[in-house]
Amino acid sequence: MALDTVAIAQLTPDISQPFTELGLKPDEYSRIKEILGRRPTSSELAMYSVMWSEHCSYKSSKVHLKQFGEKAPKSDALLVGIGENAGVVDVGQGYAVTFKIESHNHPSFVEPYQGAATGVGGIVRDILTMGARPIAVMDPLRFGPADAPDTRRVLPGIVAGVGGYGNCLGLPNIGGEVTFDETYAGNPLVNALCVGVMKHSDIKLAKAAGAGNLVVLYGAKTGGDGIGGVSVLASETFGAGGSTKRPSVQVGDPFVEKVLIECSLEIFAEDLVVGIQDLGGAGLSCATSELASGGSGGMKVQLDKVPLRDPSLSPEEILMSESQERMCAIVEPSNIERFLEICKKWDVTVTVIGEVTDGNHLEITWNGELIVDVPPRTVAHDGPVYNRPLAQPSYIDEVNSQKVEVPIPVTSSEIKAAVLKLAGAPNLADKSWVTSQYDKYVQGNTIQSQPDDSGMVRIDETTNLGVAISTDANANWSYLNPYQGAKLALAEAARNIATAGARPLAVTNCLNFGSPEDPGVMWQFAESVRGLADGCLEMGLPVTGGNVSFYNQTGNVAILPTPVIGVLGVIQDVRTRTPMSFSQAGLDLYLVGQTEEDLAGSEWAFLHNQRVGQSPKADLQREMRLIELLLEGNSFFEAAHDLSQGGLSAGLTEMVLRHKIGATIVVENAGIELLSETPGRVLVAIDSADTSRMKNLSEKYSIVISKIGTTGGDSLVINDAVITLAELSLAHTSTFPKLFG
Amino acid sequence: MRIGVITFPGTLDDRDAARAVVAGGAEAVSLWHADSNLKSVDAIVLPGGFSYGDYLRCGAISRFAPVMELVIAAANKGMPVLGICNGFQVLCESHLLPGALTRNSDLHFLCRDQEIEISNNKTAWTSSFKPGEKIVIPLKNGEGSFQCDDQTLAMLEGEARVVARYVGANPNGSRNLIAGITNEKGNVVGLMPHPEHAIDELTGPSAQGIGFFTSILNAMVK
Repeated sequence: MALDTVAIAQLTPDISQPFTELGLKPDEYSRIKEILGRRPTSSELAMYSVMWSEHCSYKSSKVHLKQFGEKAPKSDALLVGIGENAGVVDVGQGYAVTFKIESHNHPSFVEPYQGAATGVGGIVRDILTMGARPIAVMDPLRFGPADAPDTRRVLPGIVAGVGGYGNCLGLPNIGGEVTFDETYAGNPLVNALCVGVMKHSDIKLAKAAGAGNLVVLYGAKTGGDGIGGVSVLASETFGAGGSTKRPSVQVGDPFVEKVLIECSLEIFAEDLVVGIQDLGGAGLSCATSELASGGSGGMKVQLDKVPLRDPSLSPEEILMSESQERMCAIVEPSNIERFLEICKKWDVTVTVIGEVTDGNHLEITWNGELIVDVPPRTVAHDGPVYNRPLAQPSYIDEVNSQKVEVPIPVTSSEIKAAVLKLAGAPNLADKSWVTSQYDKYVQGNTIQSQPDDSGMVRIDETTNLGVAISTDANANWSYLNPYQGAKLALAEAARNIATAGARPLAVTNCLNFGSPEDPGVMWQFAESVRGLADGCLEMGLPVTGGNVSFYNQTGNVAILPTPVIGVLGVIQDVRTRTPMSFSQAGLDLYLVGQTEEDLAGSEWAFLHNQRVGQSPKADLQREMRLIELLLEGNSFFEAAHDLSQGGLSAGLTEMVLRHKIGATIVVENAGIELLSETPGRVLVAIDSADTSRMKNLSEKYSIVISKIGTTGGDSLVINDAVITLAELSLAHTSTFPKLFG
Repeated sequence: MRIGVITFPGTLDDRDAARAVVAGGAEAVSLWHADSNLKSVDAIVLPGGFSYGDYLRCGAISRFAPVMELVIAAANKGMPVLGICNGFQVLCESHLLPGALTRNSDLHFLCRDQEIEISNNKTAWTSSFKPGEKIVIPLKNGEGSFQCDDQTLAMLEGEARVVARYVGANPNGSRNLIAGITNEKGNVVGLMPHPEHAIDELTGPSAQGIGFFTSILNAMVK
């Protein structure tokens, strides 16, 4: 194909262009022509198509996401808010922490290993781009039915990809989720979270300020992989047939990324960059347009200078390529020599590809010919915004009006069978098969990791300051009531931080939904955002950023609405944390919080194919009192464990198996008590000498507590039901090896 | 007492190894793969990671790093060298130790708390342990299966050069449950599990790994 230049575009206004194939709608194409006053060149068309894709432009979600800003609680902790590569939070002692979660769902279905691997790589670069050293990753994963043949292809590949990339970067994997549901069968969810730490003064932003400053591309060479990743893969529904789209998946090289991280941190430490942006979705199109519009406004780039892995790539392909492990920095001319030196030390390929200009033109040339001349803001920020139609789907009234009908165990043999069934259910079974493929020890600062309620890392070895993170979603509740579901996930994530003694501080999210073109899905999305924004306002937790993933559906069937909520908290001294389980006999076990008959959306209902009823209502005032109770009780709690999926039954199973110390439990109405998933409950172990302190806490925070048993022995005894730890352990640990080898 | 910790591109556990060296009572000295002198160190640790991305074979490229020429010469003159995980692989590729580390028998990367038995406490790196002492430290690698020919295995066993063995089920298919070996002189030790991640109970499964780093101090004082 001949080179399409700005000059040619002006001369040939009427030639037809493949905008539909690139994912643009006719009105979007017209809008581009209006902005430019002519037809776009093929390179410009490529840039607009990737940057105006759903994935990059948030065109369907923007109008709703505004609420996170409008309803933002007052917070002194937020140093950098939504809109940058990741939000930054003040955690005290001069430290700032940045964290964010992103999806890599579609690529991971097409090519599980590389899809998951590059998902980790992308989020780690986002964190690095803020100027932070990445210190840990987490990965909430969702798959089709555990016993489905395709899950056996997808799950091992994704787990190996997360491990293969994260392990090689030297980042401890400190938690996540593994959940199964048939709606994820053709559309697994791979969400990846990264957290990084820096000093306040080291924060970097995506800004290309100062005319005459140099635009520097460094890291891997550009190849043909991932072309159209965001527009073709992430912003479209997979049909049953069609091409495999495999070439649209990026291929990662974690070694290059590890070197890029160390090289970048050395560059940051010497303060050699004015602005920086990683190349992720939409590659160079995104980096150049965002840097330019975030800074002085203009930029000149010589695209032919970009080092290529494949010399046959066209300029359009170079602009769209999502080759991994690349960064774009803005460097003052006086610093460039030192910048190049550091890259040389790390054997990192580095090229000056352009310079910052005044004005409002992003000009890109190819061997001297002008192929792009656009106002950068129109590419990066002025994409289309859709207020898509939304309507409550008809299933809502239908399922909400039905009652959950499941067998409730009464006799001791029924109770025993129910506990064992839940212990071995894929959603609740021991996940060591997955987590043992992840390095949790590297960097030497991991305090908690899976299967703890939250991941916790120390960020200062002298003062023992640490941060804890938890990610949670209950898609069953979100299906029944997306507004409550989002609030409940927020409350659960915050509670999971507080059980260890960390104070919740900030929120990130990864909103996984079906097609926004379906009014029912759009309603689920809008309700979830409204719930999360209201919840964050009420709990005083700012949303620091997040990610929206639409088009998660197979044909007409959307995934369950799955807003994954991540909460980050601070603990002043990690040595004082409350562990998730007890390591001695003779402790008293207290249920903190009250159990109602909440079986709708529960694991027990799921196991009986019941997805009906009404989700619990989030009582965030009570949740906040519970958090205060936990933080105060941290001084004498021997153990504290959040009760969520699988209720008291799952909570007890996880606690007694952790250190192989049993417990004897006496409860009335054992069936409901064990299986109900009433939110806002925590199981706490204390020394009986602390009984009065426990009661004082209960009164002070108006939270009901009840003593339900004591620790000790080699069985879990519930009323008359005796379950030996050996049989409980077998049920809990054999599920994954049986399914996945 | 100065102990060098080498960083290759792709090394991951260098900061952890330096922390353990300091916790053991020595001074940690950073060495870079391209260094042309050993900065007067008294001993050297080759930490874990994926040096040079593990391209070709684990450790196969690192052995040609400029600093390795100096390490090999120093080790042959008796300087204590400890290779952990990827460091062990580099020592094998450098022929400072016999055998090779191959893919785990179940083909998965494996990270877990692993019990090992110290079967030789006469080396520069294991003298703090009692003979037969059992400790729990992290094992984390994808290619940790120790392999060698029968003759080499007989030699290692005959000369008591197996430094540590896995206790219980074989985690990765290593011959004779071998977790670590030493050279003839006992100054070079390769170990698959990670003692540097077990120097305090806050962040590791135990604090028992510190023994490797106190051993070297004892060895130098003698």
